[in-house]
Amino acid sequence: MTALDDLDFALLRALSEDATQSAGALGRQLGLSQPATWRRIKRLQEAGIIAGRKLELDKEKLGFGVTVFLGVKLATKGRVSLEDFERAVSAIPEVQTVEHVLGMYDYRLRVTARDISDFERVLRRRVMTLPGVGNVEANVLLSEERRLGPLGRGGAGLFQSRIPDAS
Amino acid sequence: MLDDLDRRILRHMQSDPEQSIPDLADRLGMTASRLSRRLEKLRDGGVILGQRAVINWRSLGYAVEVSLRVTLDKTNPRAFDEFIAAAREIPEVLEIQTFLGQVDVRLSVIARDMPHYQQIYRTRILTLPHIADIEALMHVARIKSDEVLPV
Repeated sequence: MTALDDLDFALLRALSEDATQSAGALGRQLGLSQPATWRRIKRLQEAGIIAGRKLELDKEKLGFGVTVFLGVKLATKGRVSLEDFERAVSAIPEVQTVEHVLGMYDYRLRVTARDISDFERVLRRRVMTLPGVGNVEANVLLSEERRLGPLGRGGAGLFQSRIPDAS
Repeated sequence: MLDDLDRRILRHMQSDPEQSIPDLADRLGMTASRLSRRLEKLRDGGVILGQRAVINWRSLGYAVEVSLRVTLDKTNPRAFDEFIAAAREIPEVLEIQTFLGQVDVRLSVIARDMPHYQQIYRTRILTLPHIADIEALMHVARIKSDEVLPV
């Protein structure tokens, strides 16, 4: 795909904050026609730069009061297949994300639970019983913020937003 | 506060946020206007906060992603605030999380390649205030990333 220009980055910034905005409304903000805006968004989607949408929910209001990040080290590397572990861990509904990492841990998991005792249930019954699981480190999330990232054509810091999360 | 229908709506919307209201109403066996009213209630009640586009940084040329686990010097009462304020100024920082546990703060950092990462690490990260210890986890792959809440 051809290089992105300032308008593409402006669109990415706007859609990162609110993906429900119409092409017409975005175009008016940027001084583009509705069809031209629509074509640019389509191009960004086809290039895989816009990979989809994420629905933002207030997890506290839905009763999920605790988020814990687990660092998992596999105990028996070579004897347990990574695929088996990955399949089993991904099937746990409370495990929201699974990342394969290099460093002190092999996997990093984001786990959501109603409260600490619910988390303990998930940890003991689901995570600790996974095939090959070894050392597990837990860190309870207190706050998180997502930044817009380097979408400002080098002029970073200007267009960053904060999505407040549970604290 | 939420009933089974609300939960079903949220489950469907989480798995496919882009579907239109008429499509979603069809799938749930309800009218579009009834669904719209429900969605309005969920938004007004602050349950639905919004929708954001997911950017694939790899497609934008950022091939490296590192999770930096930072322990702060907590003898300084302003350590958290000052560290986080300074970290916000680094454009390549995508996420800032604070924890109760062995790790105090975690930064998710992206870079175009390893030399670019080295440059960010040396000039921007190591110069952040109140760092007592720092550890890096390099991302290899995302196995599950939808971050769905099991409502």
